[in-house]
Amino acid sequence: MPTQLQSRAQPPTFGGGTGAHIALEGVSRTYSARNGAEVQALAEVSLRAGAGELLAVVGPSGCGKSTLLELLCRLQSPDRGSISCPPAVLMPQHDLLLPWLSALDNAALALRIAGAKRAQARARAEGLFVELGLAGFQHARPHELSGGMRQRVAFLRTLLSGKPVLCLDEPFGALDAITRAEMQEWLAGTLAGEPRTVVLVTHDVEEAILLADSVVVLSPRPGRVVAQLEVELARPRRRTDGDVIALRERALAILATGSQS
Amino acid sequence: MRRSALRTLPAIVLGAALLGAWEAYVDLSGVEADLLPAPHAVASALWSNGGLLWRNFAVTAEEVVLGLGLALLGGLALAVAIHLSPLLRRAAYPLAVGSQAVPIPVIGVLLVFWWGFGLFPKLVVIALICFFPVVVSTVDGLAAVDPEQPKLLRTLDASRWQSFRFAELPAALPAALSGARIALAVGVIGAFIAETTTPSTGAYPGLGREIITDVNFQTARAYAGTAMLVAFAIACFYALAIAERRLAPWSIRTRGETR
Ligand SMILES: Nc1ncnc2c1ncn2[C@@H]1O[C@H](COP(=O)(O)OP(=O)(O)OP(=O)(O)O)[C@@H](O)[C@H]1O
Ligand SMILES: [Mg+2]
Repeated sequence: MPTQLQSRAQPPTFGGGTGAHIALEGVSRTYSARNGAEVQALAEVSLRAGAGELLAVVGPSGCGKSTLLELLCRLQSPDRGSISCPPAVLMPQHDLLLPWLSALDNAALALRIAGAKRAQARARAEGLFVELGLAGFQHARPHELSGGMRQRVAFLRTLLSGKPVLCLDEPFGALDAITRAEMQEWLAGTLAGEPRTVVLVTHDVEEAILLADSVVVLSPRPGRVVAQLEVELARPRRRTDGDVIALRERALAILATGSQS
Repeated sequence: MRRSALRTLPAIVLGAALLGAWEAYVDLSGVEADLLPAPHAVASALWSNGGLLWRNFAVTAEEVVLGLGLALLGGLALAVAIHLSPLLRRAAYPLAVGSQAVPIPVIGVLLVFWWGFGLFPKLVVIALICFFPVVVSTVDGLAAVDPEQPKLLRTLDASRWQSFRFAELPAALPAALSGARIALAVGVIGAFIAETTTPSTGAYPGLGREIITDVNFQTARAYAGTAMLVAFAIACFYALAIAERRLAPWSIRTRGETR
């Protein structure tokens, strides 16, 4: 079982921007149900992430993590507050591979939407497809792939949209521990080769600390930012490193008590 | 090959049993041949009138296939339009439902007045009878698309048309094909109604006309023609099932019925 996480390349600069790449100020979002009931998902959320950083978001179920990503991707708009974020693409919580497309066609979907012909799109996706360890499964249908493979295809589809910000919603949530560890290493390696700004939602605190430059901890619904921990640990990180364990314990304590004491 | 032969066995056994019962009933009850010809009499009528029945059948088969094509095109187009426009849904859906209650003879004369004694008015009748299940199941199929899928396409910057083309249309295809199968099952009787309500001037007016002509004095021949219609409907139905497996292989896997 691989335990070493590869180092990431230096953050690229997008649009020559300085300082924060992503900035949320006092963002609130309330859903209203049909019967008039209101569910507040996010309350006064403020956070920042620099260009090329990986920001992890952890929090209990229902605290508005998916909502946060949809806000960043402009699939919803906030009721209050402001969001500044370059074009962002969502990798949804469920991989949502389209069952009528082959694995390679699913991966190349963004290219076809951008106007490429099917053959062109496939040709351009094929290189990364093979690099991501999916060789031989080009023509497989999504249901013929393992969970880990499906996530890789869904990730590749997200990556090939070419947008500077990737919003990954619990990409490894449905995987077993061994596959998840493999996929974490794989993600770190892939991002080293294809640097982007990443917002990673996860319920796995260890995953957040292994992968992220910064970890945002949200409270139970309505989600508020309880803490934003900077993870200033050298890469590669191992889950057995003392610093990783210490930081993990701190984050878990914050999650459990809901406050930064 | 052997497996498919095995799968048709139950239908063959049941069919044979029913034919046997029918033969026995005719023999034992002494019912008149004009009222109910025995299967062997129908078979011999089929044999001795093969040419006549076959030429009429060819006319009817053409009507069914083209009429269904028209129904599919019209039904799909209407379903998509209804899906995309709530206004049209409210305006057109009740009319589509109501159209199914119109007795065809009421409009038969008008259709002939517009388009004459040829093929086209018959296609219109068949399409009118068949388009409805296509519309209903396609509209439902389009409405049942996983709402997350269009969301995914939006985050990949898909246009409305691309979202439709990559997600909604393929997602609704199995439902549309189910509608087509229902349409097919009523398409053959639709052709019969078309032939009996809009007259023809051709040398062979079609099997429906032939059956109506025969039913009083050549009962066995009417039954023989009926048998051809029944066999045709069954063949069409399964042909479409095979087409479905090719067009929407992902849906067969989840239902696992036709394999
Ligand atoms: N479209 C919606 N309409 C109404 N309520 C919604 C909607 N989407 C989410 N909610 C509610 O908002 C809250 C936050 O939902 P969200 O999906 O963002 O949580 P989450 O943190 O992603 O949860 P999980 O970890 O279980 O995925 C939940 O209580 C949910 O029921
Ligand atoms: Mg979620």
